Amino acid sequence: MAAVVNGNPSSGDWQDRYYDVDQILDRPGPRTAHSFMAGDGVKDFLRNQCKILVIGAGGLGCEILSNLALTGFKDIHVIDMDTIDISNLNRQFLFRQKDVGQPKAIVAAEYIMKRVPGMKVTPYYGKIQDKDDDYYMQFNLVICGLDSVEARRWINATLVNLVDPDIPESLKPLIDGGTEGFKGQARVILPTATSCYECSLDMLNKPTAFPICTIANTPRLPEHCIEWASVLEWPRVQGDKKMDTDDPEHINWLYTVASARAKEFKIEGVTWSLTQGVVKNIIPAIASTNAIIAASCCNEAFKIATTSAAYLNNYFMLIGTEGVYSYTFEHERREDCPVCGGESLDITVSRDWTVDRLIEMLVEKQDIQIKKPSLSTPTKQIYFQAPPQLEEATRPNLEKKVSDLVPDGGEVTVTASSLPFSLSLRITYS
Amino acid sequence: MIKIWSMKKNEEAAAKKKPKTSAAQIRVQKDLTELDLPSTMTTTFPDPADLLNFTLTITPDEGTYIHRMYEGGSFKFSFAINTNYPHDPPRVKCLQTIYHPNVDLEGNVCLNILREDWKPVLNLNSVMVGLQYLFLEPNADDPLNKEAAEELRRSRDQFLYNVKQSMRGGQVKGQQYDKVLVQ
Ligand SMILES: [Zn+2]
Repeated sequence: MAAVVNGNPSSGDWQDRYYDVDQILDRPGPRTAHSFMAGDGVKDFLRNQCKILVIGAGGLGCEILSNLALTGFKDIHVIDMDTIDISNLNRQFLFRQKDVGQPKAIVAAEYIMKRVPGMKVTPYYGKIQDKDDDYYMQFNLVICGLDSVEARRWINATLVNLVDPDIPESLKPLIDGGTEGFKGQARVILPTATSCYECSLDMLNKPTAFPICTIANTPRLPEHCIEWASVLEWPRVQGDKKMDTDDPEHINWLYTVASARAKEFKIEGVTWSLTQGVVKNIIPAIASTNAIIAASCCNEAFKIATTSAAYLNNYFMLIGTEGVYSYTFEHERREDCPVCGGESLDITVSRDWTVDRLIEMLVEKQDIQIKKPSLSTPTKQIYFQAPPQLEEATRPNLEKKVSDLVPDGGEVTVTASSLPFSLSLRITYS
Repeated sequence: MIKIWSMKKNEEAAAKKKPKTSAAQIRVQKDLTELDLPSTMTTTFPDPADLLNFTLTITPDEGTYIHRMYEGGSFKFSFAINTNYPHDPPRVKCLQTIYHPNVDLEGNVCLNILREDWKPVLNLNSVMVGLQYLFLEPNADDPLNKEAAEELRRSRDQFLYNVKQSMRGGQVKGQQYDKVLVQ
């Protein structure tokens, strides 16, 4: 029977629920930060105040949610745009056969709340892009367990943009987990302070692509036949019809075409699921890799939320393909990172200034020394130095007033070959 | 909760705040406005407000005599850039049916940096220069048009003759090609 402990009767806690976790939180240790408030302070923050967002309720997400719930996070939001597929059930253990077809976020939230008393898990079935800055502002921490580079780039850029130097809470630590088969990584990103996701974009393993001439002429692998069907035959036969890799009819078509090709070249191994795997670029997910990476992410979330130990600085890599190898290093911020690097400048100009005058000012400015700048707002081009057609198309803007093109407080992106990447201007009018 | 603010390395970093312009968008702006193309290549934007879809026209006329096999032609390629650029390479297709060992009749192009060797550090300029190179130095070892590749290997003179024939809009081995000659 549940008993009241920890001075927190409303949470439905039972005796000794947090016995083990409290060993860490009740007293400072050699690795705790100066600001560590051993005892009730830190426990109150973790259990009653801290609000955490989990992005993704798939292989990593299910593990992350259960780990967080069991370490004492109570207020969790979860976003996922997918529904449950039967093939998820071998590793996404918050889901059962009866849940197939239901939204992952909703089923996962309900499962956690049913299983762990006192939890408040708020699901959102949809895209991360549906939510605005105010939504992301409400969280103390964000953990990502995503399989999409695009979604990660989006949340990374959003959290970097959210940082307002006047509001300390606007800096949301982002813990990013990712797995590919037996490999995985966990990293801690403090937006604008440490290397961000975009900084390390060129470190990513790119999906295996086969030379197009191999696919066309000398197929040796079943994958070559599938790529032949999807890259060359689909556009040739289907014309402008867009291939939808989630449409079983489309996969069927590719499978049939690839199988015929394989037969012609006496290649074995083209199957329906391999076809789907190749065109969707699915790398087999391994439950144990997910478990290790999710544990690492949640460990970091716990340390950051409680200051009970030094957190990861800043990149942890797991390679389980040959033995179990792991490596931790500090990934450096890139000065020329298009998201967190580059310079930002607040400038005040007169409402009468033309674009031409603004460009002149940028070129003359001693401290930045820009040659031939090109300017745009997030929605339109202002002036492009090249290519010729765009220069001509934007030339009339030179005579226009900046205030007619950019709202007060609006952002202008400046690129020039003399800049490492770009310069962002925030324009206010005098 | 950790006090990150006080641990920020310097105050300058704190002042940095970026606009809502996406990284892909800035990167495309940078790539396009810093294109350094020879006079043999021009870009055309059907909709100048849309930076992600445009056409590249190559009129090869550079190089020594042996490299001038495609001289006098005007070759058009469509470029389609997605929002995950530069993680994903641009999608490039030849808009004409041309006789070339590395371009098939559907317009697919065999250029390593468009697929297996693409890296985010490469840019649109690298791709365009790579495409032009295909006209100066067609590669018989990576064939997409097998007949053209075999011809190039077998008899350079016959290959050159076929190229001229195809560029005039004629047939080569029963296959009709688009007229790409400019006067
Ligand atoms: Zn960065």
